[in-house]
Parts: sequence; structure tokens; C-alpha cells
Amino acid sequence: MDQIRIKQKNGSLLQRLHSNLFQRLLKDMRKNWILYAMILPVVVWFLIFCYKPMYGVLMAFKDYKVKLGIMGSPWVGLKHFQRFFHAYNFKLLLRNTLWLSVYNLLVGFPIPIVFALMLNYLKNKYLKKTVQMVSYAPYFISTVVICGMISIFMAPDTGIFNTMRAWFGAESVDFLSKPNWFDDIYVWTGIWQGMGWSSIIYISSLAGVDYELHEAAIVDGATKIQRMIHVDLPSIKPTIVMLLILQMGSLMSVGFEKVFLLQNNLNKSAASVISTYTYEVGLINSDYGYSTAVGLFNSVINVLLLVTANQIVKKFADESLF
Amino acid sequence: MEKSMERKIRRSYSDKIFDVVNLLVMIVLLFVFVWPLWFVVIASVSDPHEVWRGNVVMFPQGFTLNSYKELVKYTSIWTGYANTIFYTVVGTLVNLIMTVCAAYPLSRKDFVPRRFFLWMFMFTMYFGGGLIPSYLVVSSLGLIDTRWAMIIPGAISVYNILITRTYFMNSIPSELQEAATLDGANSLQYLLKIVLPLSKPIIAVIGLYYAVGHWNDFYTALIYVYDKNLMPLQSFLRDMLMSTKLSLSNLTGMDAETVARKMELAQTLKYSAIIVSTVPVLCIYPFIQKYFVKGVMIVSVKG
Repeated sequence: MDQIRIKQKNGSLLQRLHSNLFQRLLKDMRKNWILYAMILPVVVWFLIFCYKPMYGVLMAFKDYKVKLGIMGSPWVGLKHFQRFFHAYNFKLLLRNTLWLSVYNLLVGFPIPIVFALMLNYLKNKYLKKTVQMVSYAPYFISTVVICGMISIFMAPDTGIFNTMRAWFGAESVDFLSKPNWFDDIYVWTGIWQGMGWSSIIYISSLAGVDYELHEAAIVDGATKIQRMIHVDLPSIKPTIVMLLILQMGSLMSVGFEKVFLLQNNLNKSAASVISTYTYEVGLINSDYGYSTAVGLFNSVINVLLLVTANQIVKKFADESLF
Repeated sequence: MEKSMERKIRRSYSDKIFDVVNLLVMIVLLFVFVWPLWFVVIASVSDPHEVWRGNVVMFPQGFTLNSYKELVKYTSIWTGYANTIFYTVVGTLVNLIMTVCAAYPLSRKDFVPRRFFLWMFMFTMYFGGGLIPSYLVVSSLGLIDTRWAMIIPGAISVYNILITRTYFMNSIPSELQEAATLDGANSLQYLLKIVLPLSKPIIAVIGLYYAVGHWNDFYTALIYVYDKNLMPLQSFLRDMLMSTKLSLSNLTGMDAETVARKMELAQTLKYSAIIVSTVPVLCIYPFIQKYFVKGVMIVSVKG
């Protein structure tokens, strides 16, 4: 009896809470109707362009027919996923996607930090400003132009890299048609384009490091390199950790554009990743259900990676995104 | 005493080496950043034959503006240019209106469903439907092959909403709102007359983020636009820069020498096309880069 009464009591409490929230909303709507009117188009946009496609993900489990629509098409369970896992290029795609990201992370993550640290100790303020400004510039150049420049500079015979090889008597290499050069080209040109920009956030947090710590270190006889390691790095650790988690989360989302643009028939074994594959089977071959399944596989792994990275960091470094 | 002196000397010695190495690395880096851009500039005004032979390294050789004159004849590039200007201006305007409409209510502490909407927006940063479901939505709205396909599907960036919201919350004192309410202003009047004028720096920053995004956008057109008359500059640039094949039909009946000249000119055409398409961004860049940097800082402060 008592238990039932408690249950009833709880129920009514919950109901009261519900109606409370509802009433609060109604009251707020009357008071702040302008705010609701403002945010309405934004919410509609998110529903149409973000949440409706999420519902469309159901296609990954269906034999999608345009005429039948998403609801009407028959379920096929995990057929598309099995097809992908057994595809002849599954391993290749997975390996390329992971390798390009891991390589990019291993090299591309520390370099902006080192760059920011070194820039921070540059004595000549004028040079410091110049280097900073010039290093941001490539970030604003479009991917198409960057890839165009890559193909010019990497061109056989006439490109600068081959001209330089010629100075040392080495023979000309057609870099862009060699699969084994693709990852280096992809990663290092990415660093050229992005390192200045990625370093801004570190430069700004280095500017916030307490100078008293440096003075104390100087009194203790620390060299500049020692100050970098024992004063600067620990001070900007939270920033580093935050960016690392974010990067881990996008480990599987290799930028589509650059791989797509640099791809050709000769280097394709290295220059095809999951995102270019979804484009190929989806938009070129119109294999909608399958392409959606491949894309879903990719984004689920992404979310898992993000959550795992966040969890790991939370445990060991006491920092987290959420 | 002596020991600390010794330590000081050792330190200054180590620091000196460090300073020299640091200076050298920075100068090399400066060169690495500048040279590729510089090369494109000098190659575009050099004699195509000299560029072909690899003689153009630091300075233009056989100065000529032929490649620019040739580029003027490429009408498709100019169609793309006009389209891109349209997409950038209209697109950025739409972006800014939508972003303010999202960020302002979210910045108000008395807006009850604030948390819910924030989560609803932020969730899309981590998970999305993917290429085909999005394509089908855009297609079902009849946007494929229209100018709106370049503007509406990318109308909002959650990241920019977050930056703007943070700015509204941290940089505009809430007392102002109380004062405005006392004076009988409603939320819209307060936003237009007080918040926005005070938020010029952040509006400039995200406006520039969006504008550069539109200018450089190649992906949207690849997916949603197939009509040549609607294509943006980047699509034409891609055809020009990434294709090595020449239209051979124009070359038949020419002797080898003329063909070679043609090919060299086609190569330098690439350089002038890069310059013409990138100059608008790089020209305004020195004036606005401090705003861009400010934008990144706002995010980093937010953490």
C-alpha cells in the first residue's frame, strides 16, 4: 500500500514538474516571443538540413527506391554493411583513411605547438610579426588552388622538386602518379597550409603564461629550452589537450576535397578514402543505400573515437570536452 | 657565488645557440611560406618558355602579360567569377542573419529552451546524415541546379554560432539590457540598436569567415550544381588547374613549334588564373588578419 502511494505521489510530482515546465515555456513564449520568432527559422533549417538527413540514414538498412521513398522501401538489415565489409577495397579504404589521419595527427599536431613555442622566443619583434602574418596566409587559399599548385610544383621535369632533384643528378619523378608518395604529399602540404593558422591558439595561450614563473626559472638558471619544457608546455597543456581530443574525434574524417582533387587513375590505390568512396558509389553510381551505409559506418566510428578520446583524457589529464 | 656565475655563463651560451638556431629556422620557414606564392606571381608574368625550361626561380624572366591577356578571353572563368561574387555576397548576408538569429536568443539567460536548442545545434557538429541523405533532402526541395543550392544548405555553421554567442554573453554587459527594458525597448530594438553596434568586431570576424568559405567553396557545387552557367569560380579553376590534357582539336594542323608554344602558354595560364582568383582574398587579408586572429582567440578563451 505504502509503495503504491509513494508511486502515485511520485507520478503526480513528475506530472507537476512537466506541467510546470510547460507552463514556464508558455509564459516565456508570451514574454519573449521575439526571441522565439528569431530562432524559429534557424530551428527549421536545422530540422531540414541536419535532422532530416539523419532520419534518411535509415536508407543504410533499406533497399532504397526513389519511387517508394525512405519509409516505403523494403528493409534489408545489414546487407549493405556486409557488402562493404566484403568489398575488395574495404581494407584498402580503411587503411588509407586511418593512415592519412594518423600520419596527419602525428606530424601535424606537434608542429604548430613547436612553431608557436619557437616564435614565442624570437627576439626580433618585427620578424616575429612578419613570420606570423605570412604563415597564416596559405590557410585562406582554396583547396582547388592548393592542389593546382601541388600539381605544378610536383610536375615531372618542370616542377621545382624535380628541378632540385636534377641539381643533385637524380632523375625526374612523377610524384602525383606514384601511390607511395601520396601520403607524404597530402600531409606535408597540409602542414604548409595549416600550421600557421593552427598555431594562433597556442600563441595566444602562450601570451597568457605568468611571467613570474619565467623569472623564477631564470633565477634558478634555466635555459630557454628548459623554460619551454618546464614552464611553457605545462601552462598551455589544457589547450593542447582540448585540441587533441577534437582532432582524435575527426580521425576518420579525412578531408574529402583534397584527396578527391589529387586523385588520379595512377595513384588511386593510395588516394581513395571512405569519403571519396561514398561520393563515387553514391553520386556517380547512384547506389544510394550502399553509399549511406558506408558513410554511416564512417561517422559512427568517428563518434566512438571522439567519446573514447574524451574518456581517456578525462581519466588521465582531468580535462574534457563534455 | 662562483657556481651560480658558472651556471649563468653556461646558460647564456646555450641560449645564444638557441637564439641563432631559432632565427635560422624562422628565416627558412619564412622562405618556405613565401616562395611558392612568390613563384606563382613571377611565373604568371614571365615568358612561358623560360618557365617551361625552369629558369624562373627568384625573379621574372622575359616580362610579359600575355597570360593575363589570354585569360581575359576565357569567358567561362569570368562567368565563374561573377557567380562567385554573387554567392559570396548573398551567401554571407544570409549566413550573418541566420547566425545572429541563432546566437542572440541563445545568449539570453532568461530564454527558457536555451539549453535544449544549444544541444540540438551542437549535436550536428558530431553526427550527420552524410552525403546521400543530405543530397536527397536538397533534391526533394528542388534546389539542385539552382543558385540557392550554393547558399541555403550551408546557411549556418554551428561553430560560428558558438563564437557569436560567447561574444554576446561576455562582451556586452547585461545591465544594458535592464536599462533598455526600463526605457521600454523590446528585445528586437535592443538587439538592433545596442547589441549589434557593440558587436561590430565579431560580426566582421564571422562575416569574413563565411565570405572566405564561400569564395573557396568547391564541394557544394560539385555535389549540387551541374549547370555551367551557375558554377562558381572554383569549379572552373579545377578544370583548368587539374587537367593536363589540352583540347587537341585546336592543335591539329599546327607545326610542332606552335604546339609547344601553345602548351607552354596553357601552363602559364594556370599561374595567372591562380593569381586572379586568389588576389581578392589575399589583398584584403593583411587588413583583416587581426580580426581573424581575434576570432580564434574568442574561441580559445571560451575553451
